[in-house]
Amino acid sequence: MSDRAFERLRNLLGPEGVERDPRGLPRAVPESDDALALVCQTAQFEGWKARVEGQGSWLPPDGPADFALSTRGMARIVRVSAADLVATVQAGTTLESIRAELQKHRLWLALDPPGRPDRTIGSIVASGTSGPLRHGFGPVRDHVLGCTVATGDGRLVDAGGQVVKNVAGYDLTKLHVGGFGGFGVLTELHLRLRAQPAMDATYLARGGRQALAGAGQSAVESQVGLVALELLAPAIAAVPEWTLAARLGGTVDGAHAEAARLAAVTGLTWEQLPVERAAAFWSLVARAPLSGEVALRLGGLLDGLPDLTDLVIEMLGEGLLAAGLGTGALRWAGDAEAEALKALRHRAAEREVPLTLERAPWPIRRVVGHFGAYREGVGLLVDRLRATFDPNGVIAVALEGRE
Amino acid sequence: MTAALVAALERLVGSRWVRHRRAELATYAADGLPTHESFPGIVVLPESKEEVAAVLRLLHLLEVPFVARGAGTGLSGGALAERESVLVTLTRMNRILEIRPAQRRAIVQPGVINARLSEAVASHGLHYVPDPSSQSACTIGGNVAENAGGPHCLKYGVTTNHVTALELVLPDGTSARLGSAHGEPWGPDLAGLFIGSEGMFGIAVEITVRLEPIPRQVRTIHADFMALRDASEAVSAIIASGIVPAALEMMDQSCVRAVEASIYATGARTDAAAVLLVELDGSPEAVAADGTVVDRLLREHGAREVAVATSAPDRARLWQGRKKAFGALGRIAPDLAVQDAVVPRSVLPEILDRIAAIRDRLGLQISNVFHAGDGNLHPCISFDRRDADQARRVQLASREIMEACLAAGGSITGEHGVGSDKMEYMPKAFDAASLDLMCEVRRAFDPAGRANPGKVFPLHTCREWRQGGVV
Repeated sequence: MSDRAFERLRNLLGPEGVERDPRGLPRAVPESDDALALVCQTAQFEGWKARVEGQGSWLPPDGPADFALSTRGMARIVRVSAADLVATVQAGTTLESIRAELQKHRLWLALDPPGRPDRTIGSIVASGTSGPLRHGFGPVRDHVLGCTVATGDGRLVDAGGQVVKNVAGYDLTKLHVGGFGGFGVLTELHLRLRAQPAMDATYLARGGRQALAGAGQSAVESQVGLVALELLAPAIAAVPEWTLAARLGGTVDGAHAEAARLAAVTGLTWEQLPVERAAAFWSLVARAPLSGEVALRLGGLLDGLPDLTDLVIEMLGEGLLAAGLGTGALRWAGDAEAEALKALRHRAAEREVPLTLERAPWPIRRVVGHFGAYREGVGLLVDRLRATFDPNGVIAVALEGRE
Repeated sequence: MTAALVAALERLVGSRWVRHRRAELATYAADGLPTHESFPGIVVLPESKEEVAAVLRLLHLLEVPFVARGAGTGLSGGALAERESVLVTLTRMNRILEIRPAQRRAIVQPGVINARLSEAVASHGLHYVPDPSSQSACTIGGNVAENAGGPHCLKYGVTTNHVTALELVLPDGTSARLGSAHGEPWGPDLAGLFIGSEGMFGIAVEITVRLEPIPRQVRTIHADFMALRDASEAVSAIIASGIVPAALEMMDQSCVRAVEASIYATGARTDAAAVLLVELDGSPEAVAADGTVVDRLLREHGAREVAVATSAPDRARLWQGRKKAFGALGRIAPDLAVQDAVVPRSVLPEILDRIAAIRDRLGLQISNVFHAGDGNLHPCISFDRRDADQARRVQLASREIMEACLAAGGSITGEHGVGSDKMEYMPKAFDAASLDLMCEVRRAFDPAGRANPGKVFPLHTCREWRQGGVV
């Protein structure tokens, strides 16, 4: 089967368009959205299952499939419109190359997702993995204006557009952001950009978890103008104590004023990081979840975050825990068994908090699922939508998990 | 519509809340779109989510189509129903069910009026950000259906950024709960998909919204320009500076004159070609710092006068002039067609020139009042629908404006929706495969296509209609 798929894909894409992954699985690397759609059509015809990946740096390349379908051959920055603060990029473009290009224009994609800098934008969007900047700029969905997607049966379709406000037709983009590829393979994205702020400063405070959380809460309640406010477990910053990391940006005078308020309302001693150390620090925070086999996120509420943090620590340990004190978003990374994750999901659900599995080896993903069981009335809708976008189940993804 | 259906609906919600006589239906025969009128077969006004579910179950069994409606302030004809349909009006479901200040959330019924929500939570130091110009009348449910925006969405986002969870009644009368209080979806982001679906996926009966703290300080800056292009370039310069104002609005001379001649007058000079309204919010220090930069940029780009509203009444007066501009324009002629389109911000000067050329060639009065910061245009065409030739020219102008915006890489609607008004432009905005897929997505929620039928997609764009051999 593997050899036949390899040959068939080579006939479709040419010798450059197919390779073997480290496990010997054929890996299709189309260089255009048309070619990618053709691969999907062929897979549907042949009854193959595809494991979709970008650079393969986030999800382990271990899901059962007949071939891997990578977007790494589609890594072009199609257009940057500085005046409109919009960029169009192919899905296989890495975050670091997007950042480098935008830097030339003094622009910024205000996303700092977990993972390596060579993660593709398609992976980040498909998994909906935002980082600490969610505090100031919202989750991944707020940065995606539109996209082009190849459905499982190989139709190329557009969703959304290239302007910041748009309500023409249904907002299908939302299905693809955080849909883990279940509704098609992203091929191109229109991204919302921001002008680089005149000042971007990072401040750190160290101490006990409760004390830092309380101080951070004061900053939130006092509306200190921050773009990130993240409580980090000791293992993330490789220090003995917990870290409260605050990031602020804007005009120089405005940012200085906010920094002074931050100090005043929290009563903490803050260390301002020099620019190079700040970049290294946030890179460390982004890479931290890769130290464990599992990464998950929970959507809590401001007043429930301390309790939710306690719950996660009680059930999984401190691990590489990061909590957005202004957003209620909590990410945990580390090593955990499937049963423990399911138990945590159950306990979180009692608190009306969803748990999304972002990253794990296949045996865990298969059992736990990215989403687990759905709430009232949702399962049927998801099934119908999956059948609409991928009628023959070409895309192998464990959205729900199973025993 | 049969008498039996009327009787069955009356048993579900009470006879007082079912309307079927023509005089009663006239109230519901139009929304904010002056060019369309349509009488529904029956109007039913449920009071609770249980009543909504019972009504939709009944209509499902009888295979009767329905249209959900809030306050009827929509500008795209989305809440109009044909006589074969039942209009489900949600204005009785106007209770704020819960306010959770510590979580910055509220749970509301769909008929809650937008502005009432902010009033209700103000004592907690919170407000609900999306603020359509119709906010004193429009409902949160209608805002969800249209993914409504408003001036302050430039910094804070539109309805989809402020609704975190929805309880739905689907077209077959069953329920679904989408999203979570936090906003992290419980599965795929179906709440995000539902918002802006123009009433074609079901009815939202409980809506959880995000509340934001009232900014510590607000500064509203009024600047006038003798050239429209200068004002547009000032907008681009502000955005390029990295400052994100809470709002960045523009009115052209025709609009300013209409406002200044009305009870909403702000004292603006009417010889200016354009007026910009820039609002900054945040901490006093940040507002002061950003305000200095904005003041400089406005002057560098040719502002004749830059004035800062120094008191809350001054700010309210300026915003009244902006938000009631449509009302002021309504005094000019018997009818007003409020268009809605979006262009990339960088082409604002060219597109405004293009609209002026269309205006002159077709001999129409077109005023512009719009969200300049996000390129969301609202060309307003004053006309008299009794003049058939003028009405024809209005349609022609609307089409040409839409086509110009699409050609510039924009969208046919930024916040008003497609509804009945803009269906013809959808095949220009999306290719056939994308339109087909949207029609298929709709069937996941509504397999029989009974929720708000005949809206958004021209029939011939749906694959199964074509396959049926009609074309």
